[in-house]
This record gives sequence, C-alpha cells and structure tokens, in this order.
Amino acid sequence: MNISCNIKINHVSRVEGHGNIHIKIKGGKVMEAQWEVVETPRFFEAMLVGKQWDNAPWICGRICGICSIGHTLASIRAVENAFGIVPSEQTRKLRLLLKHMETLQSHILHLYFLAAPDFLNTGSVFPLIKSHPDVVARAARIKLVANDACDIIGGRRIHPTRTVVGGFTMLPDKCMLETLKRRLEDAMTDLHRTAELFRSFPVPDFMRETEFVSLRGNGEYPFIGGDLVSTDGVRRKEQDYEKMTNEYTVDRSTAKWARLSRDSFAVGSLARLNNNFAFLHPAARELSESFGLRPVNHNPFMNNIAQLVECVHVTLDSITMISEFLDAEWDEPRQAVKHKKGKGVAAVEVPRGILYHSYEFDRAGKIVRCDCVIPTGQNHANIQHDLRELAAQSASMGRKDAEIELLAEMLVRSYDPCISCSVH
Amino acid sequence: MPVEKYLGVPLHRPKVAFFEFTACEGCQLQILNNEATLLDFLSLLEVVTFREAMKERSDDYEIAFVEGSITRADEARRLKVIRSKAKILVAMGSCACFGGVNQLKNRFNNLAWVKEQVYGTFPIETEEARPLEDVVPVDLKIYGCPVKKEEVEKIVTNLVLGKSVNHPKYPVCMECMANDNICLYKLGEPCLGPVTRAGCDAWCPGSRRGCWGCRGPADAANVDQIISIMDEHKFSAETIIDRLECFGGFREFAEALKKKTATSKTKKKRAGK
Ligand code: SF4
Ligand code: SF4
Ligand code: SF4
Repeated sequence: MNISCNIKINHVSRVEGHGNIHIKIKGGKVMEAQWEVVETPRFFEAMLVGKQWDNAPWICGRICGICSIGHTLASIRAVENAFGIVPSEQTRKLRLLLKHMETLQSHILHLYFLAAPDFLNTGSVFPLIKSHPDVVARAARIKLVANDACDIIGGRRIHPTRTVVGGFTMLPDKCMLETLKRRLEDAMTDLHRTAELFRSFPVPDFMRETEFVSLRGNGEYPFIGGDLVSTDGVRRKEQDYEKMTNEYTVDRSTAKWARLSRDSFAVGSLARLNNNFAFLHPAARELSESFGLRPVNHNPFMNNIAQLVECVHVTLDSITMISEFLDAEWDEPRQAVKHKKGKGVAAVEVPRGILYHSYEFDRAGKIVRCDCVIPTGQNHANIQHDLRELAAQSASMGRKDAEIELLAEMLVRSYDPCISCSVH
Repeated sequence: MPVEKYLGVPLHRPKVAFFEFTACEGCQLQILNNEATLLDFLSLLEVVTFREAMKERSDDYEIAFVEGSITRADEARRLKVIRSKAKILVAMGSCACFGGVNQLKNRFNNLAWVKEQVYGTFPIETEEARPLEDVVPVDLKIYGCPVKKEEVEKIVTNLVLGKSVNHPKYPVCMECMANDNICLYKLGEPCLGPVTRAGCDAWCPGSRRGCWGCRGPADAANVDQIISIMDEHKFSAETIIDRLECFGGFREFAEALKKKTATSKTKKKRAGK
C-alpha cells in the first residue's frame, strides 16, 4: 500500500484570503498535515481606539468585502447594545432582510464560483462560461437579484451606506421592493435547478465528530442576536461570547484560533442547521432531508448543501417579509442616538458562521476597547483537525497524490473560509 | 457576445492579472459583482491570474490590477515582482491608492502598541501601511472604497482601446447636485463632498450618508476650505478629522487640521490664563 507524498499548496485558490496546505505522508504515516494562515493583519481592533462611536460600523464593515453587511450590522448591534438602544420592529426586519440578501449572494458566490468548479473539473468558473453557459447565467442571475436587493435596502452591495446606529438613513422604494419580490419568486426556480446541479455532485465520504456552535433560534432560524449554543450542550448569553470562543494564538497563523468543549469546533451553515433544523422554512427543511442532511451531520463537505438549504430558507423568508412591508405603512427610518459609557456585545450569524463584535465606550462616546471574533477564525482549528484526519484516511486508503491534493483543497473550500477577515 | 471588433478594428485582448495585498478583497469582488455585464467585460480581457476566482496562475500578463496596501516586507517584494512583469500596473481602491482604512493604525506612530493591543505578547510582523506608489511606480489609480464597478469598466475599456483615462477634477458635490439629492448639511450631517474627488456619482450622499472622502481630494481642495465649512456648520474638528483620516487620501489635510486645532487650543488656554 501507498504511500508517500509531499503536498504543498501555497495560497489556496478560490478562497478569500491567503492560506497554505502542507501534507506530508511517509510510508503510509502522516508526518505533517498543516493548515497555515499567512494573511497580513490589519489591526482593526487597534485602529478604532480613540475614535468616536459612529466610526465603528463604517470602519469595521471594511473587515470583509464579502460579508461587509454582516460586519456592519454586528457592529451596529454592539453599539446599540452598549447605548441601550432597542431597534424598532421595522428596523429589525429590514436589517434581517438585508442580511438574508447578503447570505444569498455570498452562498451563491461560494457554491457556483468557488465550490462547483471542483466538481465540474475546471480550475475556475471562467471556462464554464463556454462549456456550461446556462449554469453560469443562472448563478449570475441569482447573485444579481441578491446584490440588487442589497443596493435597494442597504444603499450599496459592498460597504453599505444606509445602515446606521438607530436604523437606516433612508428606506427602500416600495416599487423596487415589489419588483424585488417578483424576482425572488423567479429565483426559486433557479434555486431548484441549483439543487439539481448539486445533487449530481458526489459529496466526499468523510466524517469527523465535531462540536458545532451557532446562535440558538428562539421561534425562528437565528441570524441577528440571541443566545449561543453548541451541539455539545453548551449554552451562553450573547454578552458572554468570550467563554464560547476562548481565543488563542498559534505559531503558524496570523489569525487567532478558538476552542470550546473539544480541541476545535465548527461554525457556519452546517453549524446553524445542526442547531436549528426545526426553525428552517418547511420547504428548506424538505430540501435538506432530500440530501440526507439532518442534525447532527458531521461531514464538513455537507456545508455546501447546508448553504444551499439556507439559500432556499432566506429567499422564502424574504418574500414573506417583503409582502409584509408592502402591506404596511413605513415608520420613521431611524431613531435618535444618545451615546453613553458602557460595553456592548453583538453576535450575528454571517454567511460563514457566528460573528462577534464587542466595544467599550467612555463617557464621551469614544471607543476605548474593541474586539471582533470572526467565523473563519473560529473554524481554523477545525480545518486543521479535519485536514489531519483526511490525510490519515487518505494514507490508509492509498489515495493518489492528486486526489489527496484536490480533496484537501475541497475540504478547505467547503468551509468557505474568509481568511483576510479572520486575521483582520 | 464577445466583443471581437471595435469600430471594425480587431481587438487585442490583453492578458490581465489580479493581485491582492492587505485588503478586504471588496474591490476584487466588485469585479465579480458585475453580474449583468460581467461576461461582456470579461470578453474584453484574458484573465490569467485571479486567485480569488481561479486555480490557474500565470506570470505572463500585461495589466496587473492590484488591490490592498503594503504592510509587510514580503508584500513589498511580491509587488516589485509584479511591477517587473506588468506593462501597466493599476492601483485599485483606496487601500492601494492611499493606504485605505489600514493606514489608520499609522496615526498612533507606535507599532509596538498596535501589535500589543491585538496580539498581546504574540510575535507578529507588520509595518506602517503604505500605498502601492510608495513601493513601486503606479501607472493608473482607480479610486474608491470600494471601487465603483461602472467606473472600473469604463477605465478598463479605455485602457484596452488605448484611450487615455481621465479622472474628474471637480468634487462630489457637483455630482450630488446634478442628482438632486438633499444636501446633508441641510439635515445637520457632516459631508466631505465639497472637497472630495468626484467619480462615484455621489454614492453616499445619494443614500443620505455624508461623504467620508474615500476617493481623496479633488484638484482644488484645500484645508482652509474644510475649516471654513466646519466652522460654518459648527462641526467639531474631531468629527471632520475622523472623516479626513479614514481612507488615507486626506492624510496631510487631517494632519494640518490637527496641528491647527492643537495650536488654537493652546492659544485659548493661554488667553484664558
Ligand atoms: S479599498 Fe475598501 S473595498 Fe477596496 S480592498 Fe480596501 S477596504 Fe476593501
Ligand atoms: S450632500 Fe455632500 S456632496 Fe451633496 S451637496 Fe451636500 S455637501 Fe455636497
Ligand atoms: S460619496 Fe465620498 S465616501 Fe462615498 S463613495 Fe463617494 S467619495 Fe467615497
């Protein structure tokens, strides 16, 4: 039996940010299986110190280009929690709708542009423009609806302009919402085709028992705020997030890592689904079942399917919310903000998992301390442990080098890591 | 349909590569976010390297689009290699043009404190965030945080067609007024529109959010103008400095304003004595 191999992938492609994979197997024994994070840090937690509170969401949104809406909303919630501001029901729902649309665009970007090429045997989506024009057109169509929605509600698809502490600077045009609703209804057909496409892809047969961490749903599938939960039975309050993340530094990573009941845990779509299956829209739940995806699923490659299920959930939920907006009169877009001394924490489910922002303000409303814990940061240790297990299984199964290399990359990609975000 | 000819002349599809340094990758994403026109846009170019989207890589390219600022020695080295290969090097976004939000850490003039604040005693490598042009010559800048996709498309089309690329010299206010937006000063909110270079179609004021100057100063902008706006509308120097220093394009302005307020404070103190 095999095997000896020495795989080095520097700057794994089709992921956000910079990470390396090293796998060394000698005579069937794994000598090394490493996930390295080499991204340059930007020091957001330092750069905010001394700044006025209104800088926080505007600057922290820039932690990530892909989930800038999630970061902005987490930042806003942390500031509001510190100042004792409770958003109006309209603001709460509009923020959720905006978040849904970011989730949809991010998941579709990942499913089609980053994950699918592995199953269609190409290096990128670009050759698919010629070989699978309908697939690319469909991906572009869904992404476009979601991105247009972010423009309509948040003012801009990347680094939103209308989202502020207290609410929104202005409200979306109702005619545009009406059109958006119709386009989302049409998108459901495209999502069903997406499901067919992914059903034709073989999900790698791999499993490793994992603890999954997410928000805990309270009547609805959770996205913004609430209690924290793990599949190992841990429960915490939002403000006690540090007890959930237990960050530590590792030599080969510029991002901090995290752990809870075990050496590592996972966050993301699969974690959310594992913890909150009952709160999924029935149609999304049915889709999940049809893929054999039920809690608690321990195959990290199933995160792709969990993303697909969430696409259906957020789209259907958005259609309902838009109908409610269309039937109601608009209230005031925002409430007045009075800053005060104190601390505020926010936990928000962004596409790649649970995100925490925490700030402390002095009496003048200036930031004295800032902490952000990023989903991918929480996933790094789990990626590391999965990678080791994958290498061990590959060694004992006698997989070929190229196969191991592809599987390792696919494993990392299935987490949809946002590495620059995790280093921030 | 791929554009193969322009005005009857066969088009040369230049080989282009995308690179990122210290950044949020939002500017690159803006390119992928062009769903409606992405395919036409891509038909103008031959993308040979775009790590965020493709596995293949090539060192043979004519135009390099570079996102992000330079904050580590290995980044400076990599950028120099890119410069030596590319005929045209384009700085894409505020991080690449001015240092972007990354340069906010420079204002402490104390990297040791910055590192300690985030990583404690864990050893971490970082330098002051620099724009690309502090390391290599840059041929073209595309401003914005993020860049505006329509503008990127226009600029790239002009590049491919060999036309010159000109940025507006006038400020954001011109675009804002042309769009009939409510002026934020009327709503009591600060806005750097009067001094910021246009080209974004008054993106933020169009959503009732003041401009934070992500595109850097317009040609005629000056510090006195900023101070008189600030005094007229009774905004604190701090409020204006927060905006001026956010993306790095107004660094000198922010510093001048800081100095000025520091001296006027000491003057006031002295007068009070
Ligand atoms: S300029 Fe802004 S959008 Fe572009 S990479 Fe930098 S932070 Fe991201
Ligand atoms: S809102 Fe800003 S950009 Fe628009 S006119 Fe007023 S100052 Fe100028
Ligand atoms: S309005 Fe100002 S901050 Fe907004 S995009 Fe334009 S230049 Fe940048």
